[in-house]
This record gives sequence, C-alpha cells and structure tokens, in this order.
Amino acid sequence: MAGIVRRTANPLLRLLLIAAATMALPACEREERTLRLAPPVASALDGVRLMPIGIGGAPPEVYSALEKPFASNAYDLSQGKRLYNWMGCPQCHGDGQGRSGPPLLDGWWQYGPDVVSVFVTIRDGRPGGMPSFRDKLTTEQIWQLTGYIQTLGAYSAKTAAPSRDDGPQTRPAENRAPAAALFDKFPEIR
Amino acid sequence: MRQGSRAAASVLPALLCAGCAGAQSAFDTGGAQALGLARLMIFIMAVCAAVWLAVMAALAFALWRRRQEATEPLAIDARRQRRMSLVVGGSVAATVVIIGLFTVTSFWVTRSLWAGDRDAVKIDMRGYQWWWQVTYRDGNQAFTTANEIHVPVGRLVRIRLTADDVIHSFWVPSLTGKQDLIPGRTNEVSFVAERPGVYRGQCAEFCGLQHARMAMQVIAQSPQDYDAWRQSQLAPAAKPSDPEQVFGEQVFLSKPCAACHTVRGTSATAQLGPDLTHVASRSTIAAGVLETTRGSLAAWIADPQTIKPGNNMPMVALSPDELNAISAYMASLK
Repeated sequence: MAGIVRRTANPLLRLLLIAAATMALPACEREERTLRLAPPVASALDGVRLMPIGIGGAPPEVYSALEKPFASNAYDLSQGKRLYNWMGCPQCHGDGQGRSGPPLLDGWWQYGPDVVSVFVTIRDGRPGGMPSFRDKLTTEQIWQLTGYIQTLGAYSAKTAAPSRDDGPQTRPAENRAPAAALFDKFPEIR
Repeated sequence: MRQGSRAAASVLPALLCAGCAGAQSAFDTGGAQALGLARLMIFIMAVCAAVWLAVMAALAFALWRRRQEATEPLAIDARRQRRMSLVVGGSVAATVVIIGLFTVTSFWVTRSLWAGDRDAVKIDMRGYQWWWQVTYRDGNQAFTTANEIHVPVGRLVRIRLTADDVIHSFWVPSLTGKQDLIPGRTNEVSFVAERPGVYRGQCAEFCGLQHARMAMQVIAQSPQDYDAWRQSQLAPAAKPSDPEQVFGEQVFLSKPCAACHTVRGTSATAQLGPDLTHVASRSTIAAGVLETTRGSLAAWIADPQTIKPGNNMPMVALSPDELNAISAYMASLK
C-alpha cells in the first residue's frame, strides 16, 4: 500500500488512495455484544410512559440514548428469539403466524406497533389470555423479546439477523421482512 | 553447559510424563474402555515411531554412503534394477501391512467399547450452552441433576447423548473416548470406571463463547455410596429451616429464577437451566467454574455475566437482603 502511494505521481490520486484506506478501517469493527446492562440502565429501561388507554407511549430517555439497541443488534435479536421459544410463546403465537393467540407477523398490532406497547404487553400481560412476564423475565430480556417480535412484524428487511431456525422453514427468515412477504396487502380486521 | 543439557535431557521426559497423570488424561486410565484406547494409542505411536526411525536410518545411510561415479548412465544394470524393485516393493508392502494392521486393531478396539449390556446404569445427557443436564433413568424413578455424574465402580454406564442448541462433545479422557452431542439425534457412549475417584470431563467440540468453561465431573463410588447418593438425589429439596432461608425461598419463587430452574418440592418446575434441587451437594457450580460455597453462589447470582460472560443466566435485580437470603437458601439445598 505504502509503495503504491509513493509510486503514484498524481497528488490528488495519492490523497484519494489514503482516504480510501482510512475509510476501510472502520469496517474492521465488529458488532458489539452487551452481555448485560449496567443495573441503573436496566432499571431505567423499565420506566416506560404509557398512554392512559394502554396503547403507545414514550420509551424512557435511556432507550434513545442507547440508540434503540434491541432492534438492530444481532446478539440481542438472537437472545430474543431464544426467549421466544423458551418462554413458550410459540404455544399461542406459533412461528409468528398465530395459533390460539394473534399472529405477530401480519404487521397488525392490536395495541399499536410502538415498542412501548409491545414491551408493556409482554411485561404486564393483556386481557384475553396474554400472561404477564414481569416475574419471569428481567427488563433487559423483555426488551430483547420486544426487539425480536418487532422484527417478525417488519415490513422492511434488516441487516441484523437472529440465529437460524433448526427446523424446516415455515415462513421467511426474520431479517427478510416476513410480514411483507406474507401479508403485503391490507390486513384482515379483527 | 554439557552437564546442564544432560540434566535437562533426563528431566524433560520425566516432566513430560508427569503431564500424562491426573484427573483428565487419556493415559491415566480408570477403566477397560480407556485402557483399550490408551493401548491402541501407544501401539500406533510405537509403530509410527519405528517406521520413522527406519526411514530416518535409510535416509542417513543414503546420505552417508559414497556414490560411485556412473561411467555409463544409460546402461541397465540388472542386479541394481532388481535391488531397487525389491526396496520399492518392500516399502509398499510394509505400508499396506501397517495400514491394514492399524485399521483392524482400531476397529477391534472400538468395537469392544460397546461390548456388554449387563445391568448398565442408564443416564441421559443433554448439552446446553454451556452446561450438562444429567438425567438418571435407572429403575422406575428418574431424577435430574447437572454437570456431575455419579457412577458405581465396576458397573457399565450407558449414556444417551443429545443436545439442545449446538453440537457439543462428551469427553472424559480417563474413562472413554469422545462422542458428540448433536441436536436432533441421539448418540451413545458407555464406560466402566474400575477404580473410585473423581474424573474430569470437558466439552470437546467448540460450542461458543464459553466452550472452555463447560466442564463436568464423573465421580466413581463404591456401590453402597452410589446407592446412598441416588437415594439422596431422589428426595425432594430440603425444606428451609431458618427465617433467612424461608425468605430466600420466597425470593427464588417470586423472581425470574423460577422461570428457568427446578427445585423439586416447590412450585419451581422449569427446565431451561440446571436443576437446583440439590445444588449444594454438587462440588462446583456453573459447569466447573466455581467451587460450591455460599459466597460463590452469591457471587454467581449477583452477576453471572461477569463470571461467565455470554451464558444464558440474566442478572436479576436483587436487593442486598434478597441476595443474602437467596444464597443462604441455595447453600441449604444439599
């Protein structure tokens, strides 16, 4: 590289080469895993403000300060997917297409598409059979699960993906916007 | 200088041999299966060493021997030709014989690993990231424990191996060879421990961040001790005896702990993490990471991600009193 730069006579070209090399450096950085949140951050993440009707609201400031970590980090999505299976979500929601519970990937959210509503739905439960997971999961885990569930209902593809399914494919993979592939029309109104 | 190197030359092999002893060594055998494998290994190594020495000797001879000037390079010397074919033919035949010998011996030794089904102790093992679930299916009463297998001396142990997430590998070098645990299929391994003792095992297939900290122990005991251990494991968890432990049990059951762990005799019945019914009876926690003491239990519960980064136990927010009580309760689960 240094040799090429020295041999290049044109100063503009030389500058461009150096710039290109410098710009390639950040590509070496891998995605970082946050294995656990600092306890104050975790407890702050529990403090969502919900509208009185229970639909939508504002996430805590720390959520935006962390740059919405749970929606785009592959490790968090993988952990969310693990929890989705571990906590028995497939028993009612299937692979996301719904069973006795409502589907999660038709992009139709009974309590709004907002992260806060999804988070509160998992944390506190909802009438009609959705249990509360407040005593079963930590705040961080509920956020991981929220991030994963939002991926299921996404209408645009993502670069971050959770781990693969081991079983046969029953729907498009999570990072390929399964909702768009299956239900890209007006959702049925329930 | 020369004396020093001579001393080193005599000490080094002794040091290297010392490396072969211990609780986790294929040369320090504890049973017939491991002995067969150790002998096979030594046999193959000895034959290979002999072959290597023979090749080196032939090479040294070829280098050392004075070469005759060839007066007529193209002339065919019949005696020389015959000698050369003899050497080449002999080497090829020796190679075929040695490889055939290795194949037959290794087939024969490996087959003997599966011999016998006389009243084996039947155990199911399931690999998780990064710990071992152990289920005893002996008789009509089953029970589950983790990271520690107790076996009676002299009895065949038959282990069915499955995995939950990724491929792991069961490896207790002093007792038998490696066998993979593969999601979606069942493998088997069997061994006999002929002398009592503690044998260390280790996951032998890279399975993620904490692969190196996925250890287990095999404890070989006399049949009486084994039966006593079995009876104590079959019993439900000890009832908390003092107010601190009672509070600890309440915390355990009301916090996310009970969503993943089982303590038989309470309402906690989840199967996602190790069974904690008799956690304090096991010598280590977190698959061999820490010795089981009340202090290490508290440290682990307070911050599992710093002790074993990446494992699937989350950090549950607990007040100091709750943490203290829960560690007292865990330490009482003998």
